[in-house]
Amino acid sequence: MIEILASHAFNTIQDLGRRGARRFGVSPSGAMDPVALEAGNALLGNDGDAASIEVQTFPFRLRFLADMAFALTGADHDATLAGRTVPPWWCMRASAGDILTIASPRRGARVYVAFEGGIDVPRVLGSRSTHLRAGFGGLEGRPLQAGDIVPTGSARNDASKHVDFGAEPPDMAIAGSEPAEDRVLRVRVMRAGEHILFSEAMRATFWSTKWKISARSDRGGYRLTGSKLTLAAPVEMRSHGVVAGVVQVPPAGEPIIQMSDANTAGGYPKIAAVIQADLWRLGQAPPGSFIAFEEVGYQDAVAAMAPVTSYLAGLRATADLYRAL
Amino acid sequence: MSINHHASPFVGVLEKDPKISLIGTLAMLVEAPGEFDLVQQGRIWALADALSSWPNVQEAVVGVTNVMLAFEQPPDDIDALGASLIELWHRLAPRNADGKLIEIPVVYGGELGFDLPAVAARAGLLEREVIRIHSEGEYTVCAIASSPGFGYLHGLDPRIYMPRKSVPSLNMRAGSVTIGGMQTGVAALDSPNGWNAIGWAPVAMFDPRLEQPSLMMPGDRVRFRIDRIEL
Repeated sequence: MIEILASHAFNTIQDLGRRGARRFGVSPSGAMDPVALEAGNALLGNDGDAASIEVQTFPFRLRFLADMAFALTGADHDATLAGRTVPPWWCMRASAGDILTIASPRRGARVYVAFEGGIDVPRVLGSRSTHLRAGFGGLEGRPLQAGDIVPTGSARNDASKHVDFGAEPPDMAIAGSEPAEDRVLRVRVMRAGEHILFSEAMRATFWSTKWKISARSDRGGYRLTGSKLTLAAPVEMRSHGVVAGVVQVPPAGEPIIQMSDANTAGGYPKIAAVIQADLWRLGQAPPGSFIAFEEVGYQDAVAAMAPVTSYLAGLRATADLYRAL
Repeated sequence: MSINHHASPFVGVLEKDPKISLIGTLAMLVEAPGEFDLVQQGRIWALADALSSWPNVQEAVVGVTNVMLAFEQPPDDIDALGASLIELWHRLAPRNADGKLIEIPVVYGGELGFDLPAVAARAGLLEREVIRIHSEGEYTVCAIASSPGFGYLHGLDPRIYMPRKSVPSLNMRAGSVTIGGMQTGVAALDSPNGWNAIGWAPVAMFDPRLEQPSLMMPGDRVRFRIDRIEL
């Protein structure tokens, strides 16, 4: 078990999300950076889908109430355990009573704290992810707060096993994922259903604008500012299912990218959709940062997942070896 | 364009294909052609039922005259999949609104039905007439969408259509019976809501502990019964 000592708003328990419940109106939720969540679990030998803490407001502090291994992944940040520095993308063993402190990231938006055995809250509709809007999943369906006692699963690994090593983060390890010099995150998208309804000039604006992620952005969606995309004639859309990554354009013209906690339905014209291989990178883009869109076709979008999958598989294999040393 | 098969309600008529589009590599949207009507919606339900058991389909999410497929993995051959969907669309018989009948007792008006006077004023009716019209209707659940357990109900009498508010009510209670445009519904969560509250129902629309967490499902029928009137 662990005890939360300090947590600002909107830090929650998340796994890879709730599958197959959109038809009940339930959005998937789940980690905004699923690669970081899965990597933290791989470092510890957990199932990739084990629940962790997604920290997006800082500083965050917790106390270990038992000896256990943990891992820190996600945004590039400073952390200390019992006063000693813990590098980012690292796993180590904590002793009961140790305090872990996580400071604001230098780069990126969300840090994941994974625990040996995973966080052991009940699954609701197949997932431990917190569904904030409906108030279920995670810990009582709400953000973590000081005083919370969070149960963790029983350790699978022998305590004598070696746990003090790190991993290369995916934005370093995967070619093309490294941050650009101009600090604009390139995000690959496919055209979506209503792309063609926008004039050539509007489409050119969509591709050329350096979009700012506005302060009114959260796990539900990113509101973008920088240009306005308007249609020659308004389009009446009927309510339909959407998935994370869809870029919708409301009548006011400023696009919104739906993220993990988005409604299951949308009704605005869809100009594009962020590909799966770039959603985790977008999940690390904080409000105030800039993004630009690049078009890819279906086959390239599918192929773009291969380096991500192989990165995670490689990390797991290496971590298994290290723990066996 | 293709010629319909015999099972279709428009035998021998050239009928447009549904519009098929991708939302990234893991979702595909199938939109029925033409205006909204319950027959097209019934064809969407039938399509969703059939597609739910297709390999690689995680779920089929019913919308208003459309269905979105969420895939486990990106499909290998998108064009072949689209062609199969179109073929199935033309071949399938629509499903009737043959789900369960849900009767919902409503406390009309009062503290939680705070928009009833505005709805009556706009319709040029007495509040009691709005209540009578609303409670005499039979409604069809078209889709569950936008928030957990929230059903889009079709069948509202045009006399009591009421546009959504431009500024949502900040904290509408779960169970609020609402009118939004041409539709009516029952709020499933406490949350901001742009629809107009005309009453409240002591019925849990959503319970995440259940395997089937949503009381309403597409194809169900709904009747509102006057439990009490508070004017």
